[in-house]
Amino acid sequence: MIKEFWLNAACVALLLAVVLAGAIFDEPYYITLATKVTILAMAGVGLNLALGYGGLISFGHAAFFGIGGYAAGILASHALNYEPLATWPIEIGGTTQMLVIWPVAAIVSAVFAAVIGAFSLRTSGVYFIMITLAFAQMIYYFAISWPSYGGEDGLSVYLRSEFPGLNTMNGASFFAICFVWLMAVVWGSSRMVNAGFGLALQATKQNAERVEAVGIAPFRIRLTAFIISGAITGVAGALYVDLNRFVSPSMLSWHTSGEIMVFVILGGVARLFGPLVGAALFIVLEQSLGGITENWQFWLGAILIVVVLFGRGGAIGLLAKEVRHD
Amino acid sequence: MTEPVLTINGLSKSFGAVVACDQVSLTIRPGEIHALIGPNGAGKSTLIKQISGALRQDTGQILIGDQEVSALNIVDRARAGLARSFQVSSVVPDFTALQNTMLAVQGREGMSFRFLKPVLKNQDLVEKARACLTRVGLAGRAEVPAAKLSHGERRNLEIAMALALNPKVFLLDEPMAGMGAEGSKALTALLAELKAHTPILLVEHDMDAVFTLADRISVLFYGRIITTGTVDEVRRNPDVIEAYLGGDSP
Repeated sequence: MIKEFWLNAACVALLLAVVLAGAIFDEPYYITLATKVTILAMAGVGLNLALGYGGLISFGHAAFFGIGGYAAGILASHALNYEPLATWPIEIGGTTQMLVIWPVAAIVSAVFAAVIGAFSLRTSGVYFIMITLAFAQMIYYFAISWPSYGGEDGLSVYLRSEFPGLNTMNGASFFAICFVWLMAVVWGSSRMVNAGFGLALQATKQNAERVEAVGIAPFRIRLTAFIISGAITGVAGALYVDLNRFVSPSMLSWHTSGEIMVFVILGGVARLFGPLVGAALFIVLEQSLGGITENWQFWLGAILIVVVLFGRGGAIGLLAKEVRHD
Repeated sequence: MTEPVLTINGLSKSFGAVVACDQVSLTIRPGEIHALIGPNGAGKSTLIKQISGALRQDTGQILIGDQEVSALNIVDRARAGLARSFQVSSVVPDFTALQNTMLAVQGREGMSFRFLKPVLKNQDLVEKARACLTRVGLAGRAEVPAAKLSHGERRNLEIAMALALNPKVFLLDEPMAGMGAEGSKALTALLAELKAHTPILLVEHDMDAVFTLADRISVLFYGRIITTGTVDEVRRNPDVIEAYLGGDSP
């Protein structure tokens, strides 16, 4: 058994090593894969805040991933086509500046999370799972039937958005941006989990009645966590669109919700780096087994079962010591 | 006469044709332990739920100090100064004793929307929490997860959490239940000491503890308070003897 810190450090080092190898041996595909892992991990970090620390089993996080993605895609496509987003009452143009796209993606996702959360958090357990799924599916079908932005075919963005001082079309540069984002949200989560808010959130997960009795409203705590969670996943969605230069309704589908859940559960529920481990395992399996058989997800399922049954809270739980109570 | 800290005025609650709470009025004065006793099914739980805010009364009022709390929910009543313990210990199982108490301190201070500062490094709050644990004799068990505490220790932890809220009034629902002789004795001594600062509404089955601690006793029978008085008055009251010993109640 090793300390969780060293395990986390090793995972991050491995991720960086893949990018370095990709750069040295001129294999951009490795860098793309590592970037994909990083972005998906970030989406998972968002969900982990709600699911892991708050016990809110959201089966609708694809909504935020996709909304962040569409926010990025719509802004960039308008800018690239020189079409204003709105002409009345004032003219608003699109933009390809990441520094504008990110806050927009975060705010739009947060607003949706606030609305979805305000309804869903009145329920719990299996009803919460179903109602979050229902909201996400509503948005999915809306996107499919929205012809202005490609409908079912999705929307291509032929250039990656810009970041001051970096050539984002360079794989390593774009990876660096995503990596900094991932580290920032992991750091932010760690601060939040250990702060007063995190104490209340984790208490609410275990015993809401007790939390009420000490004068803290569980609903407000949960809703706040859900909004922050949605915003993080939304920004990840915006980055994902830039990675692929494409956004489609599939980002909003329940498969995506399920995959984000798998990252969290495979890696480790309520573990800071769980989503990174989970996303990395997922992509490695997809790449290695996917080359051998079309039905690689059968093996993913088998591994998930083993991890859930025998790992105390995911792959990190299999390898690392018990969480410290400090 | 000093102002009562908790006033319950004509509280009634029916479930269909069953009147679970019938025009109940009682007061908790500063410095007293007011015990609420009654046979099983007398309506004690219904009354407690209405006081804590878990159940809305049909008619009647509840005041903490001079603030009417009849329409407030559980959270706002806790913030208005009502601290309760539960009949079945209710703590956060994976949290240590200290973390549980910190949660209460944090609730009182309204610090649950701080996102960056590690709460367990806030020396001021930690001191307050530790002081509460010390008072209930759990200072040495602060780092033990609540799930691993003994039954009696968990009961004490609940008292520590109630203390940490620095409330105007305690509502203790059978704090002695399952405590064992030693534990009951220690808790009795603690409650006797606490009441000077914060009065207590004590619901308890342990009659030794009730007769030792209570300044006044109210007896609840079929949703009605049949008498309120000192220990001696209540012991000699023929209605009480009838309620406890007579006919259809255990």
